[in-house]
Amino acid sequence: MILIDFLSNPWPWFISGPMIALVMFLLLWAGENFGVSSTLRTICSISGASKHSSYFDFDWKSQTWNIIFITGSVIGGFVASTYFQSPESLSISTNTINDLAELGINFNSDIVPSELFNWDSVSTLKGFLIMILGGFLVGFGARWAGGCTSGHAISGLSNLQTPSLIAVVGFFIGGLIMTFLIFPLIFLK
Amino acid sequence: MKQIKFLFIGILFGIIMTKSEVISWFRIQEMFRFQSFHMYGIIGSAIITGLILVKTIKRNKLKTIYGDSIKFNDKKLSIPRYLFGGIIFGLGWALTGACPGPMFIMIGNGYAVFLIVILSALLGTYVYGLIQHKLPH
Repeated sequence: MILIDFLSNPWPWFISGPMIALVMFLLLWAGENFGVSSTLRTICSISGASKHSSYFDFDWKSQTWNIIFITGSVIGGFVASTYFQSPESLSISTNTINDLAELGINFNSDIVPSELFNWDSVSTLKGFLIMILGGFLVGFGARWAGGCTSGHAISGLSNLQTPSLIAVVGFFIGGLIMTFLIFPLIFLK
Repeated sequence: MKQIKFLFIGILFGIIMTKSEVISWFRIQEMFRFQSFHMYGIIGSAIITGLILVKTIKRNKLKTIYGDSIKFNDKKLSIPRYLFGGIIFGLGWALTGACPGPMFIMIGNGYAVFLIVILSALLGTYVYGLIQHKLPH
């Protein structure tokens, strides 16, 4: 019971960070490299995109492990939210709650703003921007940069790769421009 | 069956990302607004632990479970692809509050609407594949 209680509370950063590094280590030990966004390329290849671009023309069968890994992570998300559900709802900084409230985005203890992330919202301008444009930019940018948070920020920086440092600086430049310059344009009435 | 281990490592990853609240859109906003240490603590301690693990692997020439030497993805140095690609990624990360891993893990958390985000990310990947030769790398 103590274990379940421990697992169920939100994990502090000093447990979570090293655990993520452990995932990277396990994948290296199993002969692969930790990097989720290459899965996006693999899925495109399996879907037949190699007919349209040589970028997708590679031996995707060598990447099936990544598809299995990401399938596992979906199961992990289900297990954590079903069996190790937190006794309390998400608590975030009051400053963030106030700043977002000024933009008309309400924090109601859900892990995402539920008024933006729902099926009805997909056809609204804000929902389109946040889910469809946002997803598009993540996919496009991650592949242009040759990696995402896992491949660059974790695997790359752990291996002292200068390209990964440049990519992570880019991630933050983009994130800050969106948060401070573009969010007010999208959300302020 | 040799691949089943990746399912278990993936399950572990999904649990970690959920319980650390990294998958939360609000946590990503907190990070970009510099209003909480949480995400910086996670990424920072992951990198420090990762540095130690990678050093240990290299120093002791650790092998994979198959007895091969562990190989790392050394990336070729250039600026445009990492900087511009990174900025585009960052713009999207702040919008969706989810990088590629969390997009999938959100589905497991019961937010099926993230299928739309994943499909859009696949479209972004596809379009990158079509025009990559025209972009600076």
